[in-house]
Amino acid sequence: MYGQEFSLQSISLAIPKSQITGIMGPSNSGKTTLLRILNRLTDLIPDILIRGQVLLDGVDILMPHYNVNLLRARVGMVFAKPIPLPRSIYENLTFGPRMHGVKDRRILDERVEQSLQAAILWDEVKDRLFESALKLSGGQQQRLCIARTLAMQSEVILLDEPTSGLDPISTAKIEEALRNLKKDYTIILVSNNTKQIARISDRVAFFLMGDLIEYGPPDMLFTNPSDKRTEDYVSGRFG
Amino acid sequence: MMRLNPILSQKIIKTLLWILTGSTIGILFFIIIYIFIKGLPQLSWTFLSTNPVDMGRSGGILATIVSTVYLIGIALFFATPLGLGTAIYLTEYTREGLITKIIRFGTESLAGIPSIILGLFGFAIFVIAFGWGWSLLSGGLTLSAMLLPTIIRTSEESILSVPQEYREVAFSLGVGKWKTITRVVLPAALPGIVTGIVLSIARSVGETAVIIFTAGSSLRFPSSIFESGRTLAVHFYILAREGISMPMAYGTAAILVLLILIINISAYMTMRFLMKRYS
Repeated sequence: MYGQEFSLQSISLAIPKSQITGIMGPSNSGKTTLLRILNRLTDLIPDILIRGQVLLDGVDILMPHYNVNLLRARVGMVFAKPIPLPRSIYENLTFGPRMHGVKDRRILDERVEQSLQAAILWDEVKDRLFESALKLSGGQQQRLCIARTLAMQSEVILLDEPTSGLDPISTAKIEEALRNLKKDYTIILVSNNTKQIARISDRVAFFLMGDLIEYGPPDMLFTNPSDKRTEDYVSGRFG
Repeated sequence: MMRLNPILSQKIIKTLLWILTGSTIGILFFIIIYIFIKGLPQLSWTFLSTNPVDMGRSGGILATIVSTVYLIGIALFFATPLGLGTAIYLTEYTREGLITKIIRFGTESLAGIPSIILGLFGFAIFVIAFGWGWSLLSGGLTLSAMLLPTIIRTSEESILSVPQEYREVAFSLGVGKWKTITRVVLPAALPGIVTGIVLSIARSVGETAVIIFTAGSSLRFPSSIFESGRTLAVHFYILAREGISMPMAYGTAAILVLLILIINISAYMTMRFLMKRYS
């Protein structure tokens, strides 16, 4: 609830491990707010009021004394706009681990390579790791942002419309990376792009005006939705 | 009413603005060239490397250069952490409200206080009450009060200009607030902060009234910060005001102008370097 306005109400979702959970819905349906609650970036919003529980391995992360920094290390986030820090590619990837006390150069090098491989970026940047990350193209920057989360060895990755500003080829690369990643990570993907959700999600949730309308396997939501509003949305009648 | 031909009126406006801009630059160049013509002939290695003799009628200006450096050093030593700390508090740790408004109003009022009043304050507090007498320490502390508003405002502006997204990225990587500020926000804001600090130095180099009140005007080579000292600007003022030696006064003025030029250019270069490093 921001000020007097409800942005989400009475949501109950069980998000399965090692799968991609897609969240779709028109703008203002509360998707991003939900995502930001999951790693408590909502703490940055003054006067926000959140009631309920978010259980990660059975522990409520919304409890006030929960260690937010450790939570965010476990639950990574990729934003809609690719935001590389104004540093080298290498420093972008090692920034998080370093701040969490990883100092060993060998371990850092290893994490850089592994995370870039996993984000399908390694071949494109391996010769210029120490150049500014701002020189990369938009699609490369977004894969760098995914790699930055992976370098934290997080368990959950939240993606907030990660391909909204990208061309189809870059989008395809990111989708490929996500498909490969899901065996080791729990992925939650928010997207306006219904087709993208249909392509890569294992479970789909449909949000409308802060309500969870329907949640289930993509086949069900896309071919045989139980709610009229879901049907209207996936068939492009609104949104 | 007759309307002017738009092309013609454009031309008139353009010429007028050009003349205005030209005169501004012209005044600047006139001052600099005048000072250099009068002052540069006085300059020599001996002028820079020896102490003033006979009230400054002969000898050099070494003691005044050293006093100037001391004074700026002391002022920055106190004003930088205070100013930067205030700016960080105002931008990162509070929400806009009554308290920030009061603090901002306070710093802006500080900026508006005539320097001679600050000098009187420094005299009453540091020179008399603290018993430090006319000393570089008293002068430096008073000067730091003068620099604070500039440092606070420029730091605040550069911190605010750091994209909010950088903070979100750092937070989303589980980096705490203080580390986010020191490792992400401040490096990105550094060019602006450094420029603000360096330009505040340029301003304080030219101060006289405040310095005379608080640091005195002793011509001896200062051996500690508890001794009185005379800065370049004060030296110039006394040489010219008392009619001691106009050639020496112009020589001092030339050094002062050169110093300010060097400070401004180095501020610009540092900013360029830092912007490259962090972008």
